[in-house]
Amino acid sequence: MEIKATIIDAEGLKRTITRLSHEIIESNKGTENLVLIGMRTRGEYLCNRITAKINEIDNSNIIPGVLDVTLYRDDFRTRLKQPEVSVTNITFDINEKNLVLVDDVLYTGRTVRAALDALMDMGRPSSIRLCVLVDRGHRELPIKADFIGKNIPTSIDEEVKVKLKEEDGEDAVYLVNVPSIK
Amino acid sequence: MPLSSRHLLGLNGVPREDIELILDTAITFREVLDRPIKKVPTLQGKTIVNLFYENSTRTRISFELAQKRLSADTVNFSTSTSSTKKGETFKDTVRNIEAMKLDMIVVRHESAGVPLYLTKISNANIINAGDGLHEHPTQALLDMYSIKERLGKIEGLKVCIVGDVAHSRVALSNIFGLKTMGAQVSVCGPATMMPLGIEKLGVKVYHDINKAIAENDVLNVLRIQLERNAGSTIPSTREYHNYYGITAERIANYNKEIVILHPGPINRGVEITSEVADGPYQVILDQVTNGVAIRMAVLYLLGTMH
Repeated sequence: MEIKATIIDAEGLKRTITRLSHEIIESNKGTENLVLIGMRTRGEYLCNRITAKINEIDNSNIIPGVLDVTLYRDDFRTRLKQPEVSVTNITFDINEKNLVLVDDVLYTGRTVRAALDALMDMGRPSSIRLCVLVDRGHRELPIKADFIGKNIPTSIDEEVKVKLKEEDGEDAVYLVNVPSIK
Repeated sequence: MPLSSRHLLGLNGVPREDIELILDTAITFREVLDRPIKKVPTLQGKTIVNLFYENSTRTRISFELAQKRLSADTVNFSTSTSSTKKGETFKDTVRNIEAMKLDMIVVRHESAGVPLYLTKISNANIINAGDGLHEHPTQALLDMYSIKERLGKIEGLKVCIVGDVAHSRVALSNIFGLKTMGAQVSVCGPATMMPLGIEKLGVKVYHDINKAIAENDVLNVLRIQLERNAGSTIPSTREYHNYYGITAERIANYNKEIVILHPGPINRGVEITSEVADGPYQVILDQVTNGVAIRMAVLYLLGTMH
């Protein structure tokens, strides 16, 4: 794995999170009825940070939720490795809420598809919007993000690696080369 | 990490990592059971047959619900309405069912070893739902899950299995599983209900229920199985109750927290009084709920294995 470029550094990430938080509050016209749910693993940490920022800006008291979409994946039959499931933890009612789904990288859109199915099984939010740190293109489904940290056009041989302190010990987003499997 | 075997025939010899994986995975499914829509699409397209050669309420419904909640297609088989009545052999029945293309078989049979035999004549994943006096692994797994849910751990706990241990597959699976997980296991009951050489499995034997209550954190109270000829091992159910019944008075003598499990169905007033079976220490209905989650975990882990 060879790092080609640093897309966002620690300071940049902080600013991006602040901007995304403001954008979410602006589009929601405040924090009324707003709930945020992060997708495991790194989406969870991003969601925690964005929620904390929103609470700080708007003096609100939103509790973030965590969603695990393993059970809704469409690649059980084709993957070589058995995916490990972990727990979904949403302590609030999502019915009639303006829900913001948070993930680190938007790529094929298949994880978001799985998340939408999972959320529909838990209730009927008024709206679901998508917030991602990086949109790297190459969608395989008609899905687009509403709040985007950074748009990064990539090639298939490249990968976007998001590193977060909670999981990886540092805050950064890298563009790396991955030799394609042919 | 996937499980180390593609079948679940018993807990004897199953490594600790496998048991931990099943218990951890069940936590995920326990959460699914609290949702308004208690269904996930994970086993879509998998076909599972429930081959029940023996009566069952809890286990069969629990397996069937677990399968439906994972979106698998399920077929139920019971001897009373099948061609077994016309004299078809077990092997022929299985071969025919398998020719209809299925992925997993959940089997309960009055003879020990039938699940193992199935692994030799079928390509499906086999799950033992109770075979004779041998094992009932998913029951022991849900017992362990319920203990862990209540007490936060299994390692180091003292667990006593009370009752007709000799005629209990639940007891045997519990002994194997709990010992693998680091619990201290004991059994309690009249000598006629203790299998010869049970100490060789590394369990302590009590013949005094009061001592068992005093010295243990958990009691797993077995059903007196009248259909398995319990009448020849005890003079009467009333005498059994007098000597070994779990009563509120007996527990009150020791003034301590104790967790009471029972695999069901309960003979109220025989092995346990209603006061205890419905009281604050029991986790009997939690066991039933957790059973669905445990079976979902086992089906998921075996069904998505490559």
